[in-house]
Amino acid sequence: MTPLDYDYLRRCLKERSGLVLSADKQYLVESRLLPVARKSGFSSLGDLVHALRSGHDDVLMTAVVEAMTTNESFFFRDKIPFDHFRTIMIPALLASRRTSRTIRIWCAAASTGQEPYSLAMSLKAMERDLVGWRVEILATDLSSEVLEKARQGLYSQFEVQRGLPIQLLLQHFTQIGELWQIAPELRAMVKFRQFNLLGDFSQFGLFDVVFCRNVLIYFDQQTKIDVLSRLSRVMMNDGYLVLGAAETVVGLVDSFKVVPDNRGLYTPNVRRPPAAATAAKPGPRLVAVNGAR
Amino acid sequence: MKTCLVVDDSSVIRKVARRILEGLDFQIVEAENGEEAIESCKRQLPDAILLDWNMPKMDGYDFLRVLRRLPGGDGPKVVFCTTENDVAHIARALHAGANEYIMKPFDKDIVEAKFQEVGLI
Repeated sequence: MTPLDYDYLRRCLKERSGLVLSADKQYLVESRLLPVARKSGFSSLGDLVHALRSGHDDVLMTAVVEAMTTNESFFFRDKIPFDHFRTIMIPALLASRRTSRTIRIWCAAASTGQEPYSLAMSLKAMERDLVGWRVEILATDLSSEVLEKARQGLYSQFEVQRGLPIQLLLQHFTQIGELWQIAPELRAMVKFRQFNLLGDFSQFGLFDVVFCRNVLIYFDQQTKIDVLSRLSRVMMNDGYLVLGAAETVVGLVDSFKVVPDNRGLYTPNVRRPPAAATAAKPGPRLVAVNGAR
Repeated sequence: MKTCLVVDDSSVIRKVARRILEGLDFQIVEAENGEEAIESCKRQLPDAILLDWNMPKMDGYDFLRVLRRLPGGDGPKVVFCTTENDVAHIARALHAGANEYIMKPFDKDIVEAKFQEVGLI
C-alpha cells in the first residue's frame, strides 16, 4: 500500500465513521484490511483501494470501515459505571419518573452486546422496583457484523468469564456446547440497531441514560465536541451520560457537567423544561422490561 | 500481602497460576491435592484458594466441604479453577461454598476479573 493509498483510507474512515488514524498506524490498517481484501478477491491492498476509489462499491466500503472498528467488550466492563447505574441513576429516575414510569437508555457503542446485556441484568435484579415500568434499552453500533453477534447473545467461555459473576452466568445463560447464550427474556429487553454516531440522533427521541463508552477516544477533538453536543440535545435535563475511563467532557463542551465524586458520570448542563422536552419527542417505542409495556 | 493457596495436581497449572497471582501481589502456597491443602489450611488459613476439582486423594469438592467446617474455614475466598465446565458442576461448587468459578483454560484477565469479583483485589 502506498502512502497515497493510506492517506486515502484515512480520509475515508474519518468521513464515514469519525475514526482518526495517525500517520504511524499503517501497519494496523494493513493487518485489518488484508483479510477484507482476500475475502473480496483482491490480490493486494492497493487493488482494494483502487476499487474503493472508483466509488461504486458501498458494500466494500462498509466492510473496510467495519474492519477498522475496535470491538473489544466484556460484561460489566470497569464495574463502576454499572454500580453508578444501580445505585445512582436508576434510584434517581425511579423518583423523578413516577408519573411517566418510563426510562429510556441508549448504549451508543454496543459492540457485541455485553454492555446492554449487563444493563439488562442489572435491571432484572431490580425488577421488583420496576413493576409497571417501561424500560427501553436501545443498543447501536456502527458495525452490523458485531450487532448480529449481539442479537444472538452467544458468547464463548472466555467472553463470559470476563467480568460476569458466576451467579449471573448460571442465572441468565444457557450452555450450548462450548458456548453460552443469554436468556431470551434478556435478549428481548434490548433493541439492537445499526447506527453511525456521525448520523442524526434525533430519530431516537430523548433518553434518560446514555452509555457512550470507549468510542470517543477514536475521534478527533472536533468530532468529540460534535457528538457530545448532539448527545446533550437528545437527553433529558436530569439524565445521565456515562463515558469510558479515558474519556471526558471537560475541556470539550459545556453542555454536560461532572457529577461530583462519580468519575465518568455526567449530567446535562442545558436547562430546558423536562415536560416540554418529553412532549416534543417521546421517541419510538422499543422493548419493555418486566413485561410491563 | 495477601496469600493464595493454589491447589492443583498439575505442576504446570500451579506454575502458571503462581506467575499470574504473584503478578497480582499475592504470596503463593501450593498443594498437590485436597489432603495437602487441608493440612496447609490447618497450619494457616490463606486469604484465597484457587482450587482444581479433579485431584488424587481428595478432590476439590470434598476439600471445600471439609474446609468450610474448619474453625475460620468460612474465611478464605475459594475460586474453583477446573475443566468441569458444565452447569451442574458450577451449581454444585457454589452450593458447597465456592465464591467464584473459573473454567479452564484461563488467562490473567480472567483470574484478575474473578479475584476482583470476590473482593480479593
